[in-house]
This record gives sequence, C-alpha cells and structure tokens, in this order.
Amino acid sequence: MKPAAFDYVRADTLDEALAVLAAEGGDARIIAGGQSLMAMLNMRLARPKVLVDIMRIGDLDRIAEERGRIVVGAGVRQAKLLAWSELAAKLPLVALALPWTGHEQTRSRGTICGSVAHADPSAETPLCLIALEGEVHLRSARRRRVVAAGDFITGMMNTARQDDEMIEAVSFPIRAGNGYGFREVARRHGDFAITACAAIASANGIRLAVAGVADKPEVRNWPDLDGSALDDALNAFAYELDARDDIHATARYRRDLVRQIGREVIMEARRCRA
Amino acid sequence: MPRLTATQRHSVRFRLNGHPVEGSAEPRMQLADFLRHELGATGTHVGCEHGVCGACTVLVDGMLTRSCLTLAVQVDGCDVRTVEGLAPERGRLSVLQAAFRRHHGLQCGFCTPGVLMSLDRYLSTNPNPTEDQLRELLSGHLCRCTGYTPIIRAAMEAAATLASSTRQEDSTHV
Repeated sequence: MKPAAFDYVRADTLDEALAVLAAEGGDARIIAGGQSLMAMLNMRLARPKVLVDIMRIGDLDRIAEERGRIVVGAGVRQAKLLAWSELAAKLPLVALALPWTGHEQTRSRGTICGSVAHADPSAETPLCLIALEGEVHLRSARRRRVVAAGDFITGMMNTARQDDEMIEAVSFPIRAGNGYGFREVARRHGDFAITACAAIASANGIRLAVAGVADKPEVRNWPDLDGSALDDALNAFAYELDARDDIHATARYRRDLVRQIGREVIMEARRCRA
Repeated sequence: MPRLTATQRHSVRFRLNGHPVEGSAEPRMQLADFLRHELGATGTHVGCEHGVCGACTVLVDGMLTRSCLTLAVQVDGCDVRTVEGLAPERGRLSVLQAAFRRHHGLQCGFCTPGVLMSLDRYLSTNPNPTEDQLRELLSGHLCRCTGYTPIIRAAMEAAATLASSTRQEDSTHV
C-alpha cells in the first residue's frame, strides 16, 4: 500500500525539528532511517500529518564516549555502529546482537535510536539497551530529560516519549570484565525474533533479558545459579513472560526457547566473564 | 528548512546511474514509485512494500536501500544507482549479470534487480566472500523460483572472476 498524505519537513538543525514537534505534537513524527516507520506508513498503521526528516542534521550522526558511556546519536545508522572499530571492546553485547538486527539492506539505512523509538517487542536494540541498563536522552523545545531504558519502553510499540519530544541519543554504560551472550531464533536470519535472549555475567551474578515473548523486553537478575536451580529460575521466568500463540510459534515453543537459549547464553556469558 | 506540503507535487532532483534526473512527487511518494512512474526506470521492481522482499533494493549514496521504505523527497540531491546502471554498456552484461545468466540465477526475474544490487555492492567491498556470508546477505531477499542455490553459484563465480581480473590488472601494473 501507499502512505496517506503528509507534509514533509527537512530539518537542517535540531531546533527546527523540535519547533515542528512543539507546534504539531502528536500529529508529527520524526523520520530517520525510516526502516520501521516507512513500513507503518505504507500499511497506514501510522498516519502523521507531518514527517520531520532529521538525517541532514549533522550533529546527530555521532558515536562518542562520555563519562563511562557510549552515546549514540539519533542519526547513527545501525551499519555505522556495527562498523565502529571499538564496538566489540566497548559494547560486546551490542557487537553480538547487531548483526541479527534486520538485514544488511536495512541496517544500512535504519538507525539505533529509531529502533528504540519504534519499540518493537522482538527488536534486538531495545533488548540490548535494557539489558545493559542504558538510557534514552529525550529532547523537546522545553527541556531535556534522561529516562532509563527499562522505564522508556512501556509496552508493545509504546514508550514514555511525550508528543513534543524526540530521542536525541541513547547511551550504553561501559562495563569492563563482564561476559556476554546473545542468541535468537527467527524464521529467517534478520526477521523478527520469535525469541531473543541476551545474558550478562558479572561479579554480582547473571542478568538475562528476553525479547519477542512479552510485550516488551523483560529482565531477571539472579545469583550464579547452576544445575536444577538455574532450570527452575528459567522455567519460572518463561511462564512469567505470559507467552501467546501466534502465526509464527506457539506459547509453549516460546517458553521452551527461553529455557533452552536462555541457558545457552548464560553459559556463554559466564565463559567470557573475566 | 523547507516544508513540502502534502497535497502538492514538489521538484525532486538527483543523479540516477550517473546522470542528473528530475521529476515531481508528493511527499508521500515512495522512491520505488518515483523511479518507475516518474522516471520510467522500471528495472527496479516493487514487491511487498514493507521492506521484507528486497525486490526494490537500490543504492543511495552507496548504501543499500529499500526504495519502498524511502521517500522520493528524501533522496533529493543524492546519488542513486539501480539495476539499469550495472551493465558497462548497451548489449553487454556485467560480470555478475553474465554469471547469473550462465548459472540460471533467475527464472521469473522479479527479485533479480534487488538481488543484483545487493550482490554488486557486497562484492565491491568483500571480494572474497564465503558462501555463508552470501547466504546471510541474501536473507534480505525473497526468491520464489530458484531456491537460491544457482544465485549463490553465480555470485561465487562472479567473485572469483572479479578477483582474478583484479590480480591480472595488478600484475600488469608491476
């Protein structure tokens, strides 16, 4: 299908983009890489009155290390972060998960922040941001605020963003010495994950984040469980996610994936822990 | 900060396969439709219109791009390359295209323009691909005729041909 009609604004500065959001509120949408939003527009699941293109705002295309965090601006495409020479050293989990985000042909255009803004429950970037206790940096003409990733995503494609706000950047804390594991199951590499699991093994124990099952990525923190204690914890988590049947997989299959690949990524993370 | 109104058509200019082109589009017009209906460049095909099938894949400023997930107005001033730009001259196929013909890398040909653009771009930066890498790249395309095997065969042969011709060029320059 074709999108419904909208005005198109090509913002040259952040202030221009924020002014449109301040004036139009919920009738305006930011477009960056467009890899989620354009599909929504084509299917008319989204019908904004005005699109604000932010990709010609140079300041947003920035990956920077600031106060122990990696800050990724709203203009940074997934392919750019994946090609960043320090990614594996600074953010190993993101280096593991990003190749599973869409395809080469969509990572080349799609942005990191756009994926967080879209908040698809099976998406890898929100999963990593929540697993790593990252933050979302919001900006409006009135104010700036920083929201923890776990609080930002409130449900399926729902976020705490106000109508006049845009994501200016997301930031991931750098944590040396942790081990990481990531795995997902999808019908085709790059398709929406039926279930995706990310594990972090630190000195304090293990942290497991799961996408694709509940309406947003969910996380559990456990001590260094083993054997049947780990099985029990994974089983309880799998049921707490309240999996549903759909055209792609049954709820039971999803619970099984949480138990199986949840355990695999935890073991992988432990092996990599310093 | 230009604001292009929804109900009017606006001038869009860019370079298409090296040549300047111009047409007009409402803001909502997809790049794929602009190429086909405004410019008559019907080599790019439109399949699913939500970024899944890959038939409409083109290059924008060197980036692989789903032209159904891109607005014509977004590429104003950009460098756009499509399947029409692959052949070195009229009546002659590129190395990759010739390999597709030799290995029956296409049957109905609907997915082929997008597949060719992806492979052409990929081989230009990864001259020695493994079959696994090519299969992962092709995960961004749907082909319902070939089962992908002849596409992989064609791409592997094209990569080898391109690599050996590069080596020959290198040795003549010594």
